[in-house]
Amino acid sequence: MSYTSKTIRMATLAMAYSLAFLATLSFATGPPQKGDVLPNISIPVTPRDADKDYLGLKGGEFFKIPQIKATVVIIEIFSMYCPYCQREAPEVSRLYTLIENNPALKGKIKLIGLGAGNTKFEVEVFRKNYTVPFPLFPDEDFAFHKGFGEVRTPYFIGVRINADGTHQVFYSKLGGFGGAEQFLQSVVQLSGLNKGGAQ
Amino acid sequence: MRRPGIGMIILLSISIALMSTTALARSEAFKNNIYNPGHLKPVDSTLKVKVGEPAPDFTLLAIAGNQITLSQFRGKKNVVLSFVPAAWTPVCSDQWPGYNIVKDLFDTHDAVLLGITVDNIPTLFAWTNQMGELWFPVLSDFWPHGAVADTYGVLRSDGISERAIFIIDKGGIIRYINVGDINIRPPLEGLVGALEKLRR
Repeated sequence: MSYTSKTIRMATLAMAYSLAFLATLSFATGPPQKGDVLPNISIPVTPRDADKDYLGLKGGEFFKIPQIKATVVIIEIFSMYCPYCQREAPEVSRLYTLIENNPALKGKIKLIGLGAGNTKFEVEVFRKNYTVPFPLFPDEDFAFHKGFGEVRTPYFIGVRINADGTHQVFYSKLGGFGGAEQFLQSVVQLSGLNKGGAQ
Repeated sequence: MRRPGIGMIILLSISIALMSTTALARSEAFKNNIYNPGHLKPVDSTLKVKVGEPAPDFTLLAIAGNQITLSQFRGKKNVVLSFVPAAWTPVCSDQWPGYNIVKDLFDTHDAVLLGITVDNIPTLFAWTNQMGELWFPVLSDFWPHGAVADTYGVLRSDGISERAIFIIDKGGIIRYINVGDINIRPPLEGLVGALEKLRR
């Protein structure tokens, strides 16, 4: 192969890499809104068996949020370093408990947290400090955070996963959710869970 | 051998620039009150102390109104000095709130934490109030401006300090120094790892 060919090949690879990176980040100008689909992010599967069981993941090193076995997924974008997230952590955990203790909702609504700029160690500190019962994932290099439009924290996104594998965002809001019961009621109504059609 | 083409260099530069974009996860606790200074020169000072040397003593005023002297902890506690560049800026606002939930890690290593900036007391008061109740004292190195930061060699040319951590043992000896990229929050595990080494 000539040097020129090599250069062209390397340049093409560099361009492809740049475009792939751009596509990964989506360079979102803002968070996904009602009716949108989620950014195309792949999350490393947690090594915790309890998390795998909760999310219903079937092997693989990475998963996409719509692959979670649920009808509704609530995503909290948080940071261990965020005072608001710290203050609200017990209430978010109570939301999880409300769902798990409700036979009509258990298994249909799942919660995950993405730790913006947090290392695995930092996410574990947050989990331990607040006894967070649902899966938390580190986002050390802010890749997920960029995909979600670099929102302030905490930020909550609700997504409805349809039986045919498609999904739509039905809730997208910055800041606190005003109490677990109230938030859960909103989720059930806005997602259409109260009208049936669970997966 | 010919040198790589300019197009290739530009493409690689763009790729690297995209990868290194500074990302921030501002807490809603600070609302829209955070000033973004943009991407700054990572380090803009030269250290004047070394690991193994005695830590220069100092006395600074804390937000609570009391004065704190480094040597008051001699023989009693290990001391972690956390210099952050400026109040009401993105990364700084998200650093101490993290330390605020890991008091147990400091206690385990018989260490106290002293937060220091070159801001004045009223500014620090208003800023740290957004973080909740901090368990550690926050000290003002405002006047003579940045004198302590300068003594340690972490005062930048624009008058703010570096994002720096010093660990000083009970004997008053500097055991760890981290002057990181001002644009990036140092991972918590780096600090915890350094505290664990104090026991060895």
